[in-house]
Amino acid sequence: MYLKPAYEIREKYLRKDMLPTIFCPGCGIGSALQYTLRAIDDLGLNQDEIVWVSGIGCSSRVPGFVNFDGLHTTHGRALAFATGIKLTNPDLKIIAFMGDGDAAAIGGNHFIHAIRRNLDVTVILINNFTYGMTGGQVAPTALKGLKGTTAPYGQFENPFDIADLAVSAGANYVARWSVFNYLQGINSIKKALQKEGFSLVEFLSPCPISFGRRNRMKTSPELLRWYQKITVPLAKAKKMPPEELEGKIVIGEFADRDRPGLVREYEAYKKRAKKMMGWEE
Amino acid sequence: MRYPFPVGKSDFIQGDEAIARAAILAGCRFYAGYPITPASEIFEAMALYMPLVDGVSIQMEDEIASIAAIIGASWAGAKAMTATSGPGFSLMQENIGYAIMTETPIVIVDVQRGGPSTGQPTLAAQGDIMQAIWGTHGDHSLIVLSPSTVQEAFDFTIRAFNLAEKYRTPVVLLTDAEIAHMRERVHIPNPDEIEIVNRKLPANEEEAKYPFGDIHGDGVPPMPVFGKGYRTYVTGLTHDERGRPKTVDAEVHERLIKRIIDKLECNKADIITYDAYELEDAEIAIVTTGIVSRSAVRAVKILRERGVKAGLLKLNTIWPFDFDMIEELAERVKKIYVPEMNLGQLYHLVKEGANGKAEVELISKIGGEVHTPMEIVERVVG
Ligand SMILES: Cc1ncc(C[n+]2csc(CCOP(=O)(O)OP(=O)(O)O)c2C)c(N)n1
Ligand code: SF4
Repeated sequence: MYLKPAYEIREKYLRKDMLPTIFCPGCGIGSALQYTLRAIDDLGLNQDEIVWVSGIGCSSRVPGFVNFDGLHTTHGRALAFATGIKLTNPDLKIIAFMGDGDAAAIGGNHFIHAIRRNLDVTVILINNFTYGMTGGQVAPTALKGLKGTTAPYGQFENPFDIADLAVSAGANYVARWSVFNYLQGINSIKKALQKEGFSLVEFLSPCPISFGRRNRMKTSPELLRWYQKITVPLAKAKKMPPEELEGKIVIGEFADRDRPGLVREYEAYKKRAKKMMGWEE
Repeated sequence: MRYPFPVGKSDFIQGDEAIARAAILAGCRFYAGYPITPASEIFEAMALYMPLVDGVSIQMEDEIASIAAIIGASWAGAKAMTATSGPGFSLMQENIGYAIMTETPIVIVDVQRGGPSTGQPTLAAQGDIMQAIWGTHGDHSLIVLSPSTVQEAFDFTIRAFNLAEKYRTPVVLLTDAEIAHMRERVHIPNPDEIEIVNRKLPANEEEAKYPFGDIHGDGVPPMPVFGKGYRTYVTGLTHDERGRPKTVDAEVHERLIKRIIDKLECNKADIITYDAYELEDAEIAIVTTGIVSRSAVRAVKILRERGVKAGLLKLNTIWPFDFDMIEELAERVKKIYVPEMNLGQLYHLVKEGANGKAEVELISKIGGEVHTPMEIVERVVG
C-alpha cells in the first residue's frame, strides 16, 4: 500500500482551528484516527457523506478534530444516536469513535443491540483498558490484576472481550489490532467501511498517562512491549491450549460475513407493510 | 399523499391514537420508543402508520436509546418524536438536556401515571410537572404543553412540532393516563388546512458556519442538518457560535445559555396559550391544567349557580410560565385555588406568580382519580 505523507492527510481532513488536540503525548488515539482517515482517503469516500458520532471520553473527542459532520453525544449513547441518523438518511456513512468504557460499560446495552440489529455503522473502538478522560479508573476491559484508581489493589473482576462479544452478537465484520499494527489496522478499517451492517475495528491503544503510569508502563514504548507480550495472533491462538491463552489477548480478524444491514431490512419491512395493507402489489 | 387514517372528518378515538395521527400530519417521520403503560398505544399506532407513510418506527432497547435516536434523526433532517411515561421520562432526562444544549427540535410525549417509581401504571396523575420543567441538570429552558381533552391532545401535538421547529428546542407534551385511554370525538383536519412550521435552514455557506450563533437576531440559529456539505460539529459541551467546545470560558457559557433561555423567554407571547372562563368579574380564581381543568369548568358553573363569582384559568402551556399574568390575576381576585393531581407542583409556580397579592390554596388529590367538580366546589365554599 502506498502511504501518503501524514501532513497531506492532516491538511485534507483535520479542522485546523481545533488544533492542538487534547491528547497526551504517547496516546494511541491519534494513530487510530490517522488510520481511519487514511482508509477514507484510500477508498476515495466523499467527506460530505460521512457523519462521525461519539459518546464521551478522550476517544470520543475525535469527531471535533475532523472536518466532517459530527455528533458528540452523551456517555455511551453514540450508537443509539447513530440509529436515528442512519435510518433517517441511509445515504450517510457513519463512523462511531468510542472508548472501551463508553462502548462496553455505560453503553453496553446500546452496543449489543446495535449489533443485533446490524445497524450500518463502522465502530472504531479505542481499548486502553481504562477510563482515560476521568483519570484512570478501571474499565470493563481491564485484565485481572491491572490497577486503576478505583481498583488500587488490582482489578478483581473478569474483563469483557469486546471483539468476542461483537462476534457473538452478530456483527458483520470484527477485527482487533494494537495501534502498532498499522497496516493491518488500515486494511481492516477499509474493509469495515465497505461493509453493509455493523463493523467493528478495536484497537489496543496506549494511554501512558492515566493507565500506564499506574501499571508501571509510563511510556508508549513500554506499553508497546507489553502489547507484544500479551497479544497472540489468531492463527497461533487456535493451536494454543486454553491455559496458555489465559491473560492473553487474541488479535486478528474474527468475523467477515454479509448479513443484511438494518437499512436494507427496514426498506423490506416498509414494502411488506404496504403490501399487507393492500397499498402496493 | 395518502394517509393511513381518515382525514377531513371526525373520528372517535383515544388520546394516544390522536397524538400518533397528529404527529404524522405534523410531518413526523421518525418515531423511536420503548413500551410503557399508558403510552404504548402511541407507539403501536406509530408502528402501524409509519412504514406506510415512508417513515421510521423502531423499538429501541430503552428510553435512553429512544430519545437518543430521535435526536440523531432530527440532525439528519427528520421531524421526530418519542413517547413514554414517568419512569421512562426519568431515563430520558440526560438527553433532554443534550437536546436543549444542542438546540435540537424534538417532541417528547410524557403520558403521566402515578409515581414515584413504577407507582400506578394504569392510573392518571400530574406528578411530572416539575420533572418536565426541571428534570434535566443545569440552567435551561424548554417548552411544556398540557392538553385536557383528546381533541387538544391532537391539536397540541401539531403545535408541539411547530414550536420545536420554530425555536429549535425540545417540546414536551405532558398528558396523562386519563386522556391517553379516554375515547372522544376528534376532528382530524385535511392536511392542507393544517399550519406547518419547518425549521430554518442556513441560506448559504456563511450562515451554516454559525449553527449556534444569533445571526438573524431572533435567538434561533438556522440548523445545518447533516449530509449537506456544511460539516457541522454538534456537541453537548459548552460551545461557541461555530460549535467549537469552549468549556472553561465563562463568557461563552453565559452567552450560550442565556440565548437558549431567552429565545423562549422573549417569545412567551407566542408560546404561551391559556383559556379563561368567567374570569372578567371573578373574585375566586381556579388555576389548573390538563385533565383537572374539565372538573374545574363544571365546578365554576356550580359555584356561579350558588352565587360565588368564580372563574377558571386553564393553562395550556406550563413552561415557559407567565408569572406576570398570574400576578395580575392575583391583584384582581380574593383567592386562587390550584387543584392538581399531585401534592403541589403547579401550586408552587402559581404561588410564586401571585407574589403575595392573593392567597393561593392547593387542592391536591393523588391515587389515580381526577377531582370531582364537587370536591373543588366544597373546598371553595368551605
Ligand atoms: C452519564 C455520565 N457518567 C459519567 C461521566 C464521566 N465520564 C466521562 S468520560 C468517562 C469514561 C471514559 O472512558 P472511556 O470510555 O474508556 O474513554 P477514554 O477516555 O478512555 O478514551 C466517564 C466515566 C459522564 N460524562 N457521563
Ligand atoms: S488520558 Fe490516556 S486516552 Fe486520554 S488523551 Fe491521555 S493518553 Fe490518551
